[in-house]
Order: sequence, then C-alpha cells, then structure tokens
Amino acid sequence: MNRVVITGVGIYSCIGKNIDEVRQSLYQGRSGIIFDPVRKEMGFRSALIGMVDEPVLKGILDRRSRAGMAEEAEYAYLSTLEALKMAGIDQDFIDRNEIGILFGNDSSARATVETTDILRAKKDTTLIGSGYVFQSMNSTVTMNLATIFKLRGVNFSVSGACASGSHAIGLAYLLIKQGLQKHVICGGAQEVNPYTFASFDALGAFSVRENEPQKASRPFDRNRDGLVPSGGAATVILESYEEAVKRGATILGEIIGYGFSSNGDHISQPNVDGPVRSLQMAMRDAGIEVRDVDYINAHATSTPIGDANEAKAICSVFGERSLPVTSTKSMTGHECWMAGASEIVYSTLMMRDNFVAPNINLEHPDEDSAKLFIPDKTLERNIDVYLSNSFGFGGTNSSLIVKRV
Amino acid sequence: MTFDQIIHKTNVWLADEFEVDESSLTPDANLKDALDLDSLDYVDIVAGIESIFGFKVKTEDFKSIVSLQDFYDFIAKRVGNAEPA
Repeated sequence: MNRVVITGVGIYSCIGKNIDEVRQSLYQGRSGIIFDPVRKEMGFRSALIGMVDEPVLKGILDRRSRAGMAEEAEYAYLSTLEALKMAGIDQDFIDRNEIGILFGNDSSARATVETTDILRAKKDTTLIGSGYVFQSMNSTVTMNLATIFKLRGVNFSVSGACASGSHAIGLAYLLIKQGLQKHVICGGAQEVNPYTFASFDALGAFSVRENEPQKASRPFDRNRDGLVPSGGAATVILESYEEAVKRGATILGEIIGYGFSSNGDHISQPNVDGPVRSLQMAMRDAGIEVRDVDYINAHATSTPIGDANEAKAICSVFGERSLPVTSTKSMTGHECWMAGASEIVYSTLMMRDNFVAPNINLEHPDEDSAKLFIPDKTLERNIDVYLSNSFGFGGTNSSLIVKRV
Repeated sequence: MTFDQIIHKTNVWLADEFEVDESSLTPDANLKDALDLDSLDYVDIVAGIESIFGFKVKTEDFKSIVSLQDFYDFIAKRVGNAEPA
C-alpha cells in the first residue's frame, strides 16, 4: 500500500482568490457573504450568497478551450493552476507522466438553462452552438481540465451532493494507495449563479438574515436560521509519498484516513448514525486513537438539525469538548459540491501555519454545540492531525483525516 | 446590404468570434486555415450566421466553401443577391 500525500493546494473562493488571500481571511475570521439584489429581483426568498467573480480567461486560454467551460470549470482552472505551481508540477512533467483528475461537481445549471432558453426561442438545435454540451454536464470540470492540461490518467467527476469534493479526494486517495495512480489532481467546484440555487432556496433552507449578511452563516449558534450558499473551486494535488519524495516536492500533509457511509434514511434530513459510521470508518482506516486528532473541520452548515446531529456524532466518537471543532462555513457559507475539497485546503493551511480558524458568529451555543469546544476566535494551536467532515443530500457522508508529515 | 457591407460585417464577426487578426481575413484566404476551424467550430458559424444575417444554414452547406470569397458569396446569395459595390 502506498502512502498518499498532499503536495499542492489552490483555491478560488468568496474569502479569497488565492492561497495567500484565503489564509489571511481564515486567520482574521473574515466573512465572504454578501446580499445580491439580482436574486431578490428574481424572486429568491434569500438573496445572501458567498459571491465569487467570474474570471476573465480570454488571452489566457484559447477560444476552443474556453467555449466548453462552465463557470465552475473556470474557477477550477485557476485553483488548479495555483495548486500545480505549489506542487512544482509543470506541463513538461504532466506530459511525461500519467496524471489523473477527479473532481466533485453536482450541477451545471446555468448552461442547461441557457441551452433550453435558446431552444425554446429558436426552435432549432443547430443554433445552440458548440460549447453548451460541454458546459452543461456535471463533468464539465474534469473534461475541460483534462483537455487543457492534456492529462492521461484517471478522469471523471464525482456527484455526491455536498460531499462531492470530499469523496473525490477520498477516491483519489484510494487509487494512489492501491498503486493504480501516482499523481491525481482532485478537488471540488461549485457554480454561484442564481439558477443553481433557486430550487434549493425553494426549500426554505437558506438564512434570511439579509440585513446582516456577514452574520448570516452561524453554524452551531442557537440563533441560526439556515445556511448561506456559496461557491468557487478548490484543488488538492495528491501523490504517492514515494513519488513526491523522488520529485523533491514539499509535502503539506498525508491523507491517512477516508471514511464514508450512507444514512439509509431521509433525502434531506440528516441523522446521527450515518455520520458516526463515517467518522469511525475514517478513524479505523487511519489507525489512530481519538486523542491523536487535534482539530475537526465540521460540515456544520448553519441549519439547526444538521449542526445538532453532527455535534451529537462528534461527541459520540470523540467525547465532549475534547478538541477544537470549527465550521469554516461560518465565513465562506456553504460551498456545496466544492466544500469537501475547500475545507481540506483551509484545514491544511491551518495545519501548516499552526492555527485554528474561528467559528465566527457563534454567540449562543445550543444544547448540542455546548458539548463541543468551538472557538469563536482564532486559536494559535499546533495541529498534527485533522479530520474534515462532509455530508450531503441523500444521506451521503465522507470523512477525511490528514496528518502532518 | 451591399457586398462590401457583407464583407465588413463578416470579417468583424469572424475576427471577434475566432480571435484572429481581421487583416488576415482576405478573400483568397482558406476559411478553415484562416480561422483554424475544427468540426465543432462550424456549429458556431451556423449559429453566428443566423444571429448576424438572420438566415439558417446547415453544416453540410460548408462543403462547397473553401475560401473567404466563397463564404462572402454564400452569404450574399442568401441575404438577397448583393453585388459588389
């Protein structure tokens, strides 16, 4: 079995467009949530969003490369450029080696809506153009990046709702561990346009604290009133330890555990048992004790039942107030398909720089969150091992454990 | 629309859409080479013609078009027998 290490990370998010900006935001507890008047005009119940700018790639990528890229693929292109650079992997290395790509993504709504609009208006499919087919598929990120970077290894996308990014990293870890791949570009991406979140908004799951956007995402707080959607892209470069050492790459961490489960329960209401089994499986895979884990990056999205059940699950496995637990979604909002990957990036930066980012907006813990140690201010803390949870609709759960090398 | 207007409109569109220098779009230039077209690009030309000149074509119509001059002539014929100004 191969050891699997992280040698590069990249990020394009509402709290920063690169690693340095994001590291600053995490350390300072800065929120990226805004009020978007466009959503209000469109009939959204909540106009809150973790907004990211659409990148201008004209002049960077040729027309054919750009034509098939949905916005989430554009975000992922930029986060991947950054991650590859950090890993010291250039195009020459890619051309000489079999590099894979696995990304979590579970929608590409804008392209689908625009395609339908054209078809309805023109009543002729030939007038849709050549790009929309590649933009409208969930695999828009992997198909475009594999083409742009000329990748020749594993190449597919993972659709696992809000655990997509985490499962993509977990699967890449398994492939490398088994010796089937040596280097995999993995991560998660999430579009932010209104179309992608309209039906989610319909469920009444989003916070309506529109007069205080930066206080709206408040995981674990008694006065939370729902999550805030968000997006962007995060990339994590995974390699076998042997290959990373051979290349002289800087190792940012080692993935030592991946656990997963399905709740076998309600489509949108989370439970406790599913996450507990995911946590336990990750711990078994890592072969470590509860006391070895220094930090948990919680999935906690700022919904009452989700936060409460995760708190119960963490307490069940780790005991009460045993280690720092924070949800970076308090700053970023819920980055959905991207979240499982971005939270590995955030936690890896915390491990690298010896701090725990705060769970901002936690003013009044409730009965369940009071049983956890949830710092609401930045904590200077050595982290040797962290765990990251990601859960999604349909009851899909993923837990990843990363260790300092 | 005069033939010169068709040429101008076509060149402005193609230079912008395919990101080439407008000066490279001369009547004797090979359409495929000048725009570096692949099979997918013809789909966008079909959509562009409908959007800019208001008529529908099929990708099969391009079989007889080799040069830019052929392309201008093809458009002129469809927009109403425009003649060189």
